[in-house]
Amino acid sequence: MQNPVEPAGMNEHALQRQEAREQWTLLGLAAPAVLAIVAIIVIPVGWLFYLSFVGSDGQFSLEHYAKMIKYKSYLRVFLITFEVSILTTLICILIGYPLAYFLALLPTRWAGIFMLAVLLPFWTSLLVRTYAWLVLLQKKGMLNDFAIYIGLWETPVKLVHNMTGTLIGMAHIMLPFLVLPLYGSMRKIERDMMHAAANLGASPVQAFWKVYFPLSLSGMVAGSLIVFVLCLGFYVTPAVLGGGRVVMVATQITAILENQFDWGAASALGVVLLIATLIILYLAARFLKFDAALFGKS
Amino acid sequence: MSRMPKPAPRVRSMILAAGLAAFTSFAVSAEPITVVSWGGSYGAAQDNALFNDASKNTGIAINRESGASMSKACLQVQSGAVSWDLVVTGSGGAASAAAKGCLEKIDYSVVDVSDFYPNLYTDYCVGSDVFATVMAWNTDKYGEPGSPGAPSSWADFWDVKKYPGTRAYRANNVDGALEPALMADGVPPEKVYEVLSTTEGMKRAVNKIRELKPHIAVFWGSGAQQAQLMKDAEVDMTTGWNGRFDNAKKDGAKVGYTFNQALLDYDCFAMPKGAPNKKVAMKFLAEISKPEYQANLPFHITYGPTNKKAYDITTAPKELIESLPSHPKNVPMMLPVALDFYAKHRTEALELYMEMLSE
Repeated sequence: MQNPVEPAGMNEHALQRQEAREQWTLLGLAAPAVLAIVAIIVIPVGWLFYLSFVGSDGQFSLEHYAKMIKYKSYLRVFLITFEVSILTTLICILIGYPLAYFLALLPTRWAGIFMLAVLLPFWTSLLVRTYAWLVLLQKKGMLNDFAIYIGLWETPVKLVHNMTGTLIGMAHIMLPFLVLPLYGSMRKIERDMMHAAANLGASPVQAFWKVYFPLSLSGMVAGSLIVFVLCLGFYVTPAVLGGGRVVMVATQITAILENQFDWGAASALGVVLLIATLIILYLAARFLKFDAALFGKS
Repeated sequence: MSRMPKPAPRVRSMILAAGLAAFTSFAVSAEPITVVSWGGSYGAAQDNALFNDASKNTGIAINRESGASMSKACLQVQSGAVSWDLVVTGSGGAASAAAKGCLEKIDYSVVDVSDFYPNLYTDYCVGSDVFATVMAWNTDKYGEPGSPGAPSSWADFWDVKKYPGTRAYRANNVDGALEPALMADGVPPEKVYEVLSTTEGMKRAVNKIRELKPHIAVFWGSGAQQAQLMKDAEVDMTTGWNGRFDNAKKDGAKVGYTFNQALLDYDCFAMPKGAPNKKVAMKFLAEISKPEYQANLPFHITYGPTNKKAYDITTAPKELIESLPSHPKNVPMMLPVALDFYAKHRTEALELYMEMLSE
């Protein structure tokens, strides 16, 4: 855009003006999105914060937070929530990584067909999938019946209405959220890099760990974060497959709302969950260098 | 079903509507009132016994919704966007919602409760049906109700030596969960609420459930789940609502229950504060509270009428009538639920219960 005929001062000034105008234009273009985010996220979350500090008498109060310290159930519910979320994420990685790796190795056409196997359940209603697991896993369910029939075990094994059932159901529902971003990042890895590594004397295992794995990390971290954060707020699957024993934060919030109509207490739980999640993500980003993987910083 | 004529030129329809209004005992409302109940066999029973006929007879058009919940009703009131006129709720839920200022007072000059059982209506809600929280069991495993050796008290529910097997109990809600534990712990029914009125008493009840917890395979979250657990023989014994088990039995479940030491409770209709069609809805409530409608309810679900007169005029067979929780033969065996206790102690009781659940 530089015009060599114009004096340098004018030029600089014009450039600055142009830059400012460009920024305003960009801001203007982003405005609808920003407004939507403010309306959909910032205002409700702010309202949640506000409500959590309003006591039953309508005045400012910390009673909702004091209650969380008084009764041990709250701490336990948070611990269970994080435990379930972390375990589900780990299971998803253990199953999802080899799956995505396999898909990335296939020619695109075949990968698309196999991807359907991942996507079809993804398009099925969450409730349907959850109840399907119940039918499969319960005491007189298909899996127990079959295992007893072929003599794998003699009395029904408790597969559902506990942590096991919850994790099976949640891992199944969450798997696509991990596989999709992971597959995307794996597709972008040049196969030639592996050949180059082999050429330079790396064994296949070394080449995988030194070249392929680090390159796939960004997709894995992005997928894991999506899975982890979605798990934190999960309601239906733990409620149905946990048999009332796996009490997660969402369950506790429902219990408080349905029984006490207490928006303040429920909001306080939401606020604590939000803050705890942000702290965990921040720590994870710092110590596990997630941010580098996520945002491509060096 | 509205008696309003099909869409026609405005003047003609106005004349027709005015004429119809003059002929019917109630004014035809311009917009339908919104009546909200629960899903499953419960809502269907109310449609068939109460709502459809009352709407036809009064000319009040109704807009039927499911998913009734006092917390949602309260949210509507607090946000100033009330769209519900009549909402079904448990008695305890109505008491809590009334305490929060979410409900309209019932106009008893319109709704006639002179033939109601006492205690089945309050300033803020009118009883719709009487149900019992009972213990139910797999009859293949423990025998038919009343047969020798069959369980008959809450002590039996807790006795896993005499009745080995798995149990189910209530999840995430303390209503009707503490009373059985105290009775199993030896507290006579008439003393239950006295003991429960202190923190120690509530802790005693929760500890008793803690003791049974290793044998509780599932904590149920809904009436539909109680029925499903018994149908699938997922557990051997559970607590739950009598009507759900009768319907499960009709579907082939091997299930029986006893009214002995059961908790006598009722559901009711409440009106959110600022309901859009208050007057018309009140008239509709008066209509469905009449014995002639309530007399039809037992045909659809085994919950008892709240209007005593319904027992006089119902055409239901004797065995069916005698199986209803509000039948005079059954009432003395049960402990009526004390709304007082729930109004005062529900919050603390729930906290203690959730502590036990989350362990």
